[in-house]
Amino acid sequence: MLQSATIIGEGIALETHIKTGFINMTKQARWTGVPRLAALAVLTLLCTSAEAAYEVNFQQPATQVAQEVYDLHMWMMGICAIIFVAVFSVMFYSVIRHRKSSGGARANFHENTRVEILWTAIPFLILIAISWPVTKTLLAMRDSSSADITIKVTGYQWKWGYDYLNGEGEGIKFMSVLSTPEDQLAGKAPKGSLYLLEVDNHLVVPVGKKIRILTTSNDVIHGWYVPALGVQQDAIPGFIRDTWFRADREGVFRGQCAQLCGKGHGYMPIVVEVLSAEKYAAWVAGQKQKMAAGAEDPNKVWQLADLMRHGQEVYVKNCAACHQLGGKGIPPVFPALDGSKVANGPKIAHIEIVLTGRPGTAMAAFGQQLSDSDVAAVITYERNSWSNKTGDAIQPSEIKAARR
Amino acid sequence: MEATAMGHADADAHGHGQQPTGLKRWLTTTNHKDIGTMYLWFSFVMFIVGGIMALLIRVELFQPGLQFLEPERYNEIVTLHGLIMVFGAIMPAFVGFANWMIPMQIGASDMAFGRLNNWSFWLLIPASLLLVTSLFVPGGAAGAGWTLYPPLSIQMGMGMDLTIFAVHILGISSILGSINIITTILNLRAPGMTMMKMPMFAWTWLITAFLIIAVMPVFAGAVTMLLTDRHFGTTFFSAGGGGDPVLFQHVFWFFGHPEVYIVILPGFGIISQVVPAFSRKQLFGYTSMVYATASIAILSFFVWGHHMFTSGMPVAGQLFYMYATMLIAVPTGVKVFNWIATMWRGALSFETPMLFALGFIFLFTMGGFSGLVLAMTAVDVQMHNTYYVVAHFHYTMVAGALFSAFAAVYYWLPKWTGHMYDETLGKIHFWLTMIFFNMTFFVQHFLGLAGMPRRIPDYALQFTDFNLISSIGAFGLGLSQLLFLYVVIVCIKGGPKAAAKPWEGAVGLEWDVPSPAPYHTWEIQPQVK
Amino acid sequence: MSAAHRPGNRKTLIKLALFSTLMFGFGYALVPLYSVFCSVTGLNQVGSSGAPVNTQVDTTRVVDVEFDSNVHDLPWKFRPLQSRLSVHPGAMSQVEFEVVNSEDAAVTGQAIPSYGPPEAAQYFHKISCFCFTKQTVAAGQTRRMPVVFVVDPSLPKDINTITLSYTFFEVEGNKRLANGALPGRS
Repeated sequence: MLQSATIIGEGIALETHIKTGFINMTKQARWTGVPRLAALAVLTLLCTSAEAAYEVNFQQPATQVAQEVYDLHMWMMGICAIIFVAVFSVMFYSVIRHRKSSGGARANFHENTRVEILWTAIPFLILIAISWPVTKTLLAMRDSSSADITIKVTGYQWKWGYDYLNGEGEGIKFMSVLSTPEDQLAGKAPKGSLYLLEVDNHLVVPVGKKIRILTTSNDVIHGWYVPALGVQQDAIPGFIRDTWFRADREGVFRGQCAQLCGKGHGYMPIVVEVLSAEKYAAWVAGQKQKMAAGAEDPNKVWQLADLMRHGQEVYVKNCAACHQLGGKGIPPVFPALDGSKVANGPKIAHIEIVLTGRPGTAMAAFGQQLSDSDVAAVITYERNSWSNKTGDAIQPSEIKAARR
Repeated sequence: MEATAMGHADADAHGHGQQPTGLKRWLTTTNHKDIGTMYLWFSFVMFIVGGIMALLIRVELFQPGLQFLEPERYNEIVTLHGLIMVFGAIMPAFVGFANWMIPMQIGASDMAFGRLNNWSFWLLIPASLLLVTSLFVPGGAAGAGWTLYPPLSIQMGMGMDLTIFAVHILGISSILGSINIITTILNLRAPGMTMMKMPMFAWTWLITAFLIIAVMPVFAGAVTMLLTDRHFGTTFFSAGGGGDPVLFQHVFWFFGHPEVYIVILPGFGIISQVVPAFSRKQLFGYTSMVYATASIAILSFFVWGHHMFTSGMPVAGQLFYMYATMLIAVPTGVKVFNWIATMWRGALSFETPMLFALGFIFLFTMGGFSGLVLAMTAVDVQMHNTYYVVAHFHYTMVAGALFSAFAAVYYWLPKWTGHMYDETLGKIHFWLTMIFFNMTFFVQHFLGLAGMPRRIPDYALQFTDFNLISSIGAFGLGLSQLLFLYVVIVCIKGGPKAAAKPWEGAVGLEWDVPSPAPYHTWEIQPQVK
Repeated sequence: MSAAHRPGNRKTLIKLALFSTLMFGFGYALVPLYSVFCSVTGLNQVGSSGAPVNTQVDTTRVVDVEFDSNVHDLPWKFRPLQSRLSVHPGAMSQVEFEVVNSEDAAVTGQAIPSYGPPEAAQYFHKISCFCFTKQTVAAGQTRRMPVVFVVDPSLPKDINTITLSYTFFEVEGNKRLANGALPGRS
């Protein structure tokens, strides 16, 4: 039952994680003496387990900002550890030595202004000392100017959309949906090591370049959070918020939605793939080609079997979360499709709802997210599955006409 | 003196001969002891209900995969766990202690407004029924977290409206109770009891009550705005209508941050009474303790933004909230140092109340440290909405508020019941709670550091082992509280007779009246020197 | 309860109840206060319209202005005709956004602007724009809407990219039928 755990960031074991952390720390000139030693001692004590599952610290940083945050946290831990030991050694000394049962004399003091001033002023000074480096890092974190590439990240219930707005790769846009297989989610198959952390389309960026991220949302507030990159920003409908990162090494970095957004909150991970400049350029070229090819032949006539097969893929990815795999939905919030009036009635009304959604409900305008053939296929699937037997085969050209 | 005769005449006007019994007594009582008892039992029942929800959460999180709850249901349980524990368990418990003890401690015969007191309690019943039954309406309970952020909360079904009404009623109950407490403390102290001679529990409750009447109405405003956005076409929180979802966060946390001090300050007051009693030494620095409490309360109004560091506020705002939040650590630290200085060179004994007080000091301080780490905005960006935050607030609210409530119960049970509780069992309860609490919540710091978000019903595999440990701890913690119930019931029923002052070092007017305390105390107010 | 205390108690009660009621009002007052605070500190999300203070063109610096579009719940295609423009602060520029309503019926929407970084809003003067005004686009119609703007030369030196993002929301009054179709649709 104790699973051998997956490790965020590409296959880095806990020991290396800590070691590299130590090596990076020694490079920091401002790290000195006792706080660092205290932090190291605490951490070493905690990391005696060889099991990689017992991660006790931040993920291995992949950006300068994340590294600074990691260091700040270690510094804070060191200071807190010292204060903690100092204060509680006094308290435990008292617990042991000032017992009534040991018969010692009881003192009577209950005031000492000098001491009180001291223990008010000293913490105050410690806080000022701590706040300066944190301020510096924060100012750096908020400076998203002079970016190389700007990417808009849109949160949806329950997936992410990525739009390369500016810089190399401009014009590329795609959705990124959880790709953990349904049977793993349902507990019918053993869970893969990337359970809940894998998506169909990664957000691909080049290494060493400043990537400006604009977050927004299509519905409710989501949170775009990739710990190894040191990034977290709320995605708020109707507003854009900016943040940035510059990955200092290649690799794959995974995160999750960090703001409760409904039932699928735990099922919309983020995967950022950082490539070398050449590989990124190749990826961009490949994407552009795919988009050109995907500007599909509007007059292609699909066979029913093909529509059903493709439609099922689209359904599982986009519709099953609410309308369920069996088409029964979760009434009254998510209507059933199996036996529904819409799925068995006039085609045009069914197409209308899928394309334009239903405002005021969770039914989004999927026409914005899906291509004509995707919409045609999924509607065909819905109209011919479960107890629905309309026999309709919807063609992409009908969808295109409905969009006009 | 004049007051004597008046007091005595009034006592007769109570009509002792026709005192109602049975259900009627409890429905109509205006006696602060009766009402205190009702608050305490209510809070314990809610504690069990909220605890069952916590166990449902932990059972789902025991292993990766979705085994017991659908994701929407999980969100509903998470939401209700928070609302019930904060508004149904912790706050009413402290109001129960206030009702029982404040009049006795200040030498007053009862609270200022008896009937208001009765209503404040009974309002809690429909409110909690609304919350619990919201689970069973179509669409289920509100599943937006206890923080109820829009636009998600706008999307929710009828359960959200029931929750909003419950919150309104709970707010009214708290506000009425606080008005009562403030009036009692300001106007009804015994002659000679100046403000600076009041027990710390009364001081902390006075300050807490002001916080409540200041911010509960703002919370009421926020949820009313949610209600009208949901049903009456307003667009406070909708960008399309010129509003802003982040506005809700500001209004909510303007209430929400003082709320967490509302939850802890009475606990501080209890610790400030228990530690001196079992150190047989006067509280160190009474004056600074009063000022520290007041500064914490005032500062709490200026820090709400630290709950919203990732919402996109300008960096100047982030810096302001960071500095202001760090500042609160100073008076809080002063309190911890003063408690330890009280112990220093005292004559300590470790009965159960003292054990819980020491556990409080130790663990609440740890919660304070994780709070300080979270206050560092740059670091918060990594930790916001992860289990690190969950660990932090459980250390402060469970190891903080709950432990102080346990300390209070053990401390004052002899006064309420006239019997001594079983000290051995009490100690066992403490140690079990201590061990299982840390097992449940310490590992959650690591989960947060590793990147596990909050409010998810299923998680990636690298979070498995700590979740397992946390779930086992949670079950241990929950079961241990049954021992507490046993100790309390046995004590009520019987046990060694308790003296008026069963604790050698205890100080205060409540120890000048017999144990159990008579139905009416201080009918004739004492003269305090 | 001693009768001597009753008047004092009542006075205190009234004062405290009044305070509570005022705080409820304060909660609602936070709504306009939020906007006031934003405009006073210059963190106004919606930018500033009208004549800019300084029209001296600063040819020593170039600011990249990016344009982004979003549609919320509307069956429209909405895009900027230019994704980016490099401007000198102080110089007036114009860009157009295009809306295509492929529905069978007229639809009314309203655009809300947002800026990245948010602090740039106070330095971005829109001489004319379509934000906050209801736009009714007829069935099948394509409409082009201009935004004329000037970037204030006092824009802080460390901001050299501004993103102007519009999100179109549907406006009350588009009553959908039970099957999700717009009125007038067969």
